[in-house]
Amino acid sequence: MDDPADRGSIPTDDGATTVRVTQHGKTWKRFRRNPLAITGAVIVIVYALVALFAPQLTVRQLEYFRNNCVRDLGLGRDSIGDIVNPTKVAFWRAMVVPPQSCFSIPRVSFSSVPIPRSDTLWLGASSGGYDIYYGLIWGTRAAFYVGVLVVGVGLLAGAIVGSVAGYLGGWVDGVLMRLVDIVFSMPSLVIAIVIVTILGQSLTNVMIAIMAVQWAPYARILRGDILAIKERDYVDGARALGAGGPRVVTRHILPNSLGPLVVIASLDIGSVVLTAAALSFLGLGAPVGYADWGQMINFARDWIQGTPGHPFAFWFVSVYPGIVIVLFVLGWNLLGDAVRDVLDVRS
Amino acid sequence: MIPFIIRRLLFLPVVFVGVTLGIVLLMQLLSPTQRAASYISSEAQLRNIEAIIEQHHLNDPWYEQYWAWLQAASRGNFGYSKVARLPVLDAIRARFPSTAELAFAAMLPVIGIGIWLGTAAALNRDRLIDQVVRVLSILGWSLPTFVLGIWLLVVFYGGLNWFAPGQINSQHAIDLANGVADGTFHRFTGFLTLDSLLNGRFDIFLDVLKHLVLPVVTLAAVSGAQIMRVMRSSLLDALGQDYVRTARAKGLPESVVNHKHARRNALIPVLTLSGFTIIGLLNGLVITETIYNYPGMGLFIATAATQLDYPAVLGSAVFTAIIVVLANLVVDVLYGLVDPRIRYA
Repeated sequence: MDDPADRGSIPTDDGATTVRVTQHGKTWKRFRRNPLAITGAVIVIVYALVALFAPQLTVRQLEYFRNNCVRDLGLGRDSIGDIVNPTKVAFWRAMVVPPQSCFSIPRVSFSSVPIPRSDTLWLGASSGGYDIYYGLIWGTRAAFYVGVLVVGVGLLAGAIVGSVAGYLGGWVDGVLMRLVDIVFSMPSLVIAIVIVTILGQSLTNVMIAIMAVQWAPYARILRGDILAIKERDYVDGARALGAGGPRVVTRHILPNSLGPLVVIASLDIGSVVLTAAALSFLGLGAPVGYADWGQMINFARDWIQGTPGHPFAFWFVSVYPGIVIVLFVLGWNLLGDAVRDVLDVRS
Repeated sequence: MIPFIIRRLLFLPVVFVGVTLGIVLLMQLLSPTQRAASYISSEAQLRNIEAIIEQHHLNDPWYEQYWAWLQAASRGNFGYSKVARLPVLDAIRARFPSTAELAFAAMLPVIGIGIWLGTAAALNRDRLIDQVVRVLSILGWSLPTFVLGIWLLVVFYGGLNWFAPGQINSQHAIDLANGVADGTFHRFTGFLTLDSLLNGRFDIFLDVLKHLVLPVVTLAAVSGAQIMRVMRSSLLDALGQDYVRTARAKGLPESVVNHKHARRNALIPVLTLSGFTIIGLLNGLVITETIYNYPGMGLFIATAATQLDYPAVLGSAVFTAIIVVLANLVVDVLYGLVDPRIRYA
């Protein structure tokens, strides 16, 4: 700990710790006693349920708009109700493998003026006549899709780079860690903007752009863990018994360092979703009309000012998407804070 | 310490090559014709794409292109930005002071209020101020820049019309910014707030200040909340340490114990966090400047990206990376000042 560059420990941000299995009971008890942690967990679970049951939650809208989503699910005027009936195939199909067309927000009009709420438009429509309720519900699903995929691939890439660097050491380690340093020396949003600009604007490229940043912290954490574990006696023992390099890494080192890393990484889903939303907000994300939170907040930019005499006439365009995003971030923040706190062996 | 600083500065070329090489390699994914598009500004050029590809060596292998780019960059030529209608370096030079002004203005509340409120909360644990700080820090921490920015605009511009987006309102000031002034206003520093004071123009000073309020609040909220949280928890940590009890037992006054013994130690994690805060602020600047239409680097990068202005994006990315490396160096040096235990190996 001589070089200040290595002194990366903030009380809430300590990933390079290993947790013994015997501690799990105590850990869970500490977590349960923390009301903020429970609040965070409940919020995240509610969002996950909304994402899962997006087709069921929007069945009235599907009925009303009868958009391509209904057509691609093979449903007609009379069979839309199947979506909410667990005994029908349509229920499971819509929930597990919804067609891409379900992510397009139905439009009630082509007017640029937002429309206040009504019986069919539960939260009103933003400029362009996009149904805000439908967009937010399916946007939740899109958010989890982006978050889980980006963190998963980032974790995989980070684990490979980190274990190669940590196990091989030497110049390989040097080169890979300089690569990590370079990624850390750029604001993540700027890297993502550069990549999306060059690859082109699409949701897939947004995910690639965030993955390009997201692997680096995992690689660094895992490398540190491996350097520590490599010195343990049981690793020497395995090597003495004739186990080769790859086997030592995958069978003896990784299982002991990966667990906490997976937990730490899964908590990044919230911030990944936020970065994706920020890119969409800048107009660098999914195509217009895709159910995406960042884009829905972007719609509000044209309607900052109300009508004469009614300065807040279009409040719903910015308030509803804003609240959905803020609560989502709040949930992940509370949960993440509590889990990192519990994982921190120092306390 | 000097060898340490030199060693860190030697990392700058590594970052420079890493960032630029990465971008140039990525650009190879585009066809030469696509890359030529960023040089086209008139219809006549459009009919002569082959000549542009030839002129800018877009058909050469990537290493030759990179070498050519490096040679040009070493002469200060980062290409021409079609968004700014200026050479990239001039465009950055014109926008950087505004961004620096905004960032510095945001740092004041982030550090000042963050550390002050965090300290107050820890010293008054579980009292009203502590509860308020805890709620504020959770709220601020969870308000994404783009949501807070839009909400503040809806309330304070759309609704109350107290503040407007942009950087300045008065026509004279706009003329100044566009370089068509009558020569009575001198740009000494590039910072509009300082320049207006140095020129004795309090009207412009107040105007600029008024435009800074919302961007500063937007930018400072998340980082300020994080500093506040970490300050509170690390001071609580420090207050429970043995050396604090010893200091109290010696009969030292409470203020000396709190500020000399506990707070100095509690500042170390805050300093670590401020390294991350710099990156967070730069991310926030892109969003904030876009929302408030504030003419700085952030807005430049965002506009250049949406307009596919590759030279501008490349130049700004390099520039940002250098700023981050230097800022982190400053943070690391500050460590040594706060914590004498640290050796610069």
